[in-house]
Amino acid sequence: MYAYILRRIAWSIPFLFAASFLAFTIIQSPPGDYVESYAAKLEADGRQVDEARLRSLRDRFGLDEPFLAQYWKWISGIAKGDFGLSFQWQQPVSELIGDRMILSVILATSTLLFTWAIALPIGIYSAVKQYSWGDYFFSIIGFIGLATPNFLVALILMYVGVVHFGTNVTGLFSAEYVNASWSWDKFVDLVKHLIIPVVIIGTSATASLIRIMRANLLDELYKPYVTTARAKGLSEFKTIMKYPVRIALNPFASTIAWVFPQIISGSTVVAVVLSLPTVDPLMLDALLTQDMYLAGAFILLLSVMSIIGMIVSDIVLAMIDPRIRYR
Amino acid sequence: MSNTVDHIDPRLPKDIAEASQWQLMWRKFKKHKLALISLYFVGFLYVIAAFAEFFQPFDPEVTSRRDVFHPPQAIKFLDRTEDGTRFRPHVLGTTLSRDPETLATSYEINADEKIYISILGKTKPYKLAGFIPMSRRIIAPTKQGERFYLFGGDRLGRDMLSRTIAGTRISMSIGLVGVAMSLFLGTLIGGMAGYLGGWIDSVSTRAIELILSMPTIPIWLGLSATIPADIDPLMRYFAITVILSLIGWTELARVVRGRFLALRTEDFVTAARLDGARPRRVVFRHIMPSLMSHIIASVSLAIPAMILAETSLSFLGLGLLPPSISWGVLLKEAQNIRSIAQAPWLFTPGVFVLFAVLALNFLGDGLRDAADPYAQDLG
Amino acid sequence: MTQQQASANRPILEVKNLVTAFDTRHGTFTAVDDVSLELVPGETLCLVGESGSGKSVLSRSILQLVDRPGRIVSGEILLHEAHPDPKQDTTTELDLAKLEPRSGIIRNIRGRDIGMIFQEPMSSLSPVHTIGSQISESLKLHEGLNKKQARERVIEMLRRVEIPNPERAIDQYPFEFSGGMRQRAMIAMALVCNPKVLIADEPTTALDVTIQAEILDLLEELKTQNNMAILFITHDMGVVAEIADKVAVMRYGKLVENGNVKDVFANPQHDYTKSLLQAAHQTQLPSTERLAMREERPLGDPILEAKSLRKEFYGKTGLLGMKKTTLVAVDDANFTLREGESLGIVGESGSGKTTLARCIQRVLSVNSGELHYTDRSGASTEITQLDDKQLQPTWRDMRTVFQDPFASLNPRMTVSQIIGECLLLNGMHSKADRRARILELLDLVGLPSSAMERFPHAFSGGQRQRISIARAIAPNPRIVIADEATSALDVSIRIQIMDLLLDLQKQLNLSYIFISHDVGLVRFFCDRVLVMYKGQIVESGDSEQVCTKPNHEYTQALLSAVPIADPTQRGQQKRVRYQQ
Repeated sequence: MYAYILRRIAWSIPFLFAASFLAFTIIQSPPGDYVESYAAKLEADGRQVDEARLRSLRDRFGLDEPFLAQYWKWISGIAKGDFGLSFQWQQPVSELIGDRMILSVILATSTLLFTWAIALPIGIYSAVKQYSWGDYFFSIIGFIGLATPNFLVALILMYVGVVHFGTNVTGLFSAEYVNASWSWDKFVDLVKHLIIPVVIIGTSATASLIRIMRANLLDELYKPYVTTARAKGLSEFKTIMKYPVRIALNPFASTIAWVFPQIISGSTVVAVVLSLPTVDPLMLDALLTQDMYLAGAFILLLSVMSIIGMIVSDIVLAMIDPRIRYR
Repeated sequence: MSNTVDHIDPRLPKDIAEASQWQLMWRKFKKHKLALISLYFVGFLYVIAAFAEFFQPFDPEVTSRRDVFHPPQAIKFLDRTEDGTRFRPHVLGTTLSRDPETLATSYEINADEKIYISILGKTKPYKLAGFIPMSRRIIAPTKQGERFYLFGGDRLGRDMLSRTIAGTRISMSIGLVGVAMSLFLGTLIGGMAGYLGGWIDSVSTRAIELILSMPTIPIWLGLSATIPADIDPLMRYFAITVILSLIGWTELARVVRGRFLALRTEDFVTAARLDGARPRRVVFRHIMPSLMSHIIASVSLAIPAMILAETSLSFLGLGLLPPSISWGVLLKEAQNIRSIAQAPWLFTPGVFVLFAVLALNFLGDGLRDAADPYAQDLG
Repeated sequence: MTQQQASANRPILEVKNLVTAFDTRHGTFTAVDDVSLELVPGETLCLVGESGSGKSVLSRSILQLVDRPGRIVSGEILLHEAHPDPKQDTTTELDLAKLEPRSGIIRNIRGRDIGMIFQEPMSSLSPVHTIGSQISESLKLHEGLNKKQARERVIEMLRRVEIPNPERAIDQYPFEFSGGMRQRAMIAMALVCNPKVLIADEPTTALDVTIQAEILDLLEELKTQNNMAILFITHDMGVVAEIADKVAVMRYGKLVENGNVKDVFANPQHDYTKSLLQAAHQTQLPSTERLAMREERPLGDPILEAKSLRKEFYGKTGLLGMKKTTLVAVDDANFTLREGESLGIVGESGSGKTTLARCIQRVLSVNSGELHYTDRSGASTEITQLDDKQLQPTWRDMRTVFQDPFASLNPRMTVSQIIGECLLLNGMHSKADRRARILELLDLVGLPSSAMERFPHAFSGGQRQRISIARAIAPNPRIVIADEATSALDVSIRIQIMDLLLDLQKQLNLSYIFISHDVGLVRFFCDRVLVMYKGQIVESGDSEQVCTKPNHEYTQALLSAVPIADPTQRGQQKRVRYQQ
């Protein structure tokens, strides 16, 4: 088991490198380099351009060196916690990420948990009661959930909130807690505000997970071992929960690997619409203003989050499936 | 003894016994009513996309200052006048009024003013699909210069119906073009990985796994941020399509590879090799036909994903940009909470996205179920 | 003693006029049609039938385990001495047919009064639960034992079914067991609550014949120990002769024969039973047709010679997939095939016989050794080093009929395209010529000309195998490799295909390499035989000699495990177990 986990983590190292390389390519691809953009920005703001400072920045990021050397400087900086500078904010990137990254992780994991909590029972129900009214109902809801871009759901909820209830559903904190330090009340406030974004981001993932769970379970429900369990005299509920559901969970667990990236991806758009204090609006802003060190850091961190999700999913799978564990 | 052959099942009708895979698939597909309806609907959308100009009552770019956020008008088909009632489609005119205190504008129906609509009415000459000169549109105001708003007007008084139709062209075609590109990459890479195996297979599966484990929208955003902002709209359209297919090919490659691997060891493929078929013939005559139906099904499931991706990207302002019109670009107008509170009809393109994606999903599901017509009974 | 005798003769379970039907879109399909049976303690009733005869549905009806949309329409299933209440030991008579499939009463009967085992031990056990947890479940359910008591009982039961090291086995998973061990675990699971009735649905069909023999012995022993009634479902008349006290034959949902095993074998009433018995007897002796053919035309010169063929497969294990493992699938195989000869390769699963066949056909590459093919002109070629292109002429002369009639025909091509592919690729470009040849071939294999434009899905398994044979003989080959070509077929169809192959040998002077796990078929069909065990040819020689007076211990063990379709000879054969 430990050998398996070690192997799995070893496998993901090249992935991490590939992801960082991709992020760096994106940083590098706009025309001109960082310092040129920075100088242009300063000039546009009508401030003095300090040639010496520009020179030291060029040295720091190795901008006159070849691509790979620059990449190496960047990635070894990150290993030390230095993500570069944001010229938009005039601050080191690492200072800007802090809290927002934590909120992003909270948002993504709570969405994942929500997705599971909803998809699992409904998937089981739909498979066991295949072609019942409930099954059709959930299928239709599921299809609509899949087909609606989640920013549209966010917009509609905002519209309904503003027009019919006169409330604002945006943000993650009420006004009085935005700048307050962490306390129990602030936490409760956060949980309350999380519900709507979690539901919105989770819709499409929930819809696809329901379909996957339903299909997995339908595959298992008519396998011989289910008949064996019935032939032992187990009740129908126990038969289904102990055997086919348990086995249908295996492929289901492996879906974390792609549901998690999907959630992170979906939250980008929703967070922008609902102006959540997560990394996403800042990332979009950075991309639109070509503040590339900031944007690259975000892309890298979100990718790393996805890769961690993938590793976790594989480990969970190995924990629940002895066939993998013993290999 | 050897003459007592088990006879060919007489119950099986000749048309099934001699039905090719496409005929069997069609039989199976037809039973899926929702998929069949979706097929017609998707076909209808693509007809609209192809002949967009003909279906637009107005030029989508023409603004009208006195019709800012004009609400939708209902068509009335029967015209009651002193001369009697007759079939003459029209909408009722409106007058703009402004609240002197809040300065909020509102439109009031003016039953006396009627704007008549001609079917196949004459309008200013235009070029269909950019090169066929025409001067009639499917519906147009009878009196040139008059305007009506079946789906309402936007903040510049442009006709939302015409704009949504224009968006249909771009959004639906981006799905198609993007998938065509993904398909090319996917079949090439997946096919090579599946057929050749070895290190090519390991490298490409790893690459696929990597790309699939990435959060797509941030990466798309990152890539599109690198497209220069001042580029020609057509180039931008292609650049965005390329970016979408850079990630979109993976799913198709996975399907193709998996099928290839499974088919490569099938007995009938071995039999073809022993019959003397060269590798090219094995691939194109024996393996490809078995893959085709699955590829078509995957493609029809990939199109809606492309459409959703384009919509999200454009919505965030990093996809297509005005003056291009796509559903996502139109929905960007609805991002402002004040706009949608005042003009909820700005959501119309969203309804189109919903129905197009739903229909494509149903269609894809139906195709996938029908893709292997030999899996189950033929009843 | 007399009292026990009396109770022994009274049936424990009576099925009376049972009808089970499936409601489908095309109407009602009656799977079990008015069947009556009796099970007596201490006796085995064998229920025989081919696929689709309704025998499995009948066995499932007894425990109300028929999957929807199947349902019991009418009839009675009387269980004497049933325990309807788990808390009390009192027994009553119950009509199981009247119970709801999900009712508490039928659940108390399942596993406690009636145990059941199934065909595929791998898929009938849950892959993610330990053997122990799957077996102990019944004990906790029906006898209210706690964890510790249940564990002791399970270990004891595992010991009874002769699973080695039961203390360890109880915590293992099914995938860590071999097929035979899994089936033993299944039996332990069915019998752990000491039921009075055991229903066994083809429990040995998926197993090798030596393991089948062990399982049959075990069941016999447990039957005597527990004074149990067994309903044993099978399609193999040999197994019936080996274990049955009574036999019932089903066809198209109806019971066509029911009686004492010796009576039925000696004097079958129904034509269908007669044909089943004839097929079973026929394949235990050399084919008279073949012997006559050899009289008329003696075997010719050697045309294919294998010298020290070796085939290895590689796998990866270890922490980072660094360690390479080597599996020797075929080791030092030598043989000669003569013109007009049928050479059998017999062995159990994993013996390497299919790999050897694929090496001979050169679908697979060979690691070392030589394979000499002598063509019609007398020129000899060594084919192990040739590539696909150079193999073309050899492949024209040496063809394969595959095992699975459903996977070996491209479902997207018509019969004429399938058969014509080889003709076209070997230079027959005229459409009319091809058509004429295809018609000729269809006639040879006994298919009507109307088959030409049909797709494979329009044909049954036996007919598909005929198409496969037509494709094999299309380029007028000299050697046909038949890899388990009849094992997917029902007994009555199997014998037809064997006869067809013999017929073609007579007409076309073909040589066959016939791969099979069935010793009887090899004796029927082949002149000479190679016996394979773990990649090695352990014995070879004249098929009569090998099948009657085997030299190698493995062959002796194999032959002693083969059931003989004659109940009067039961017990006369001494079982030999082969330990390497």
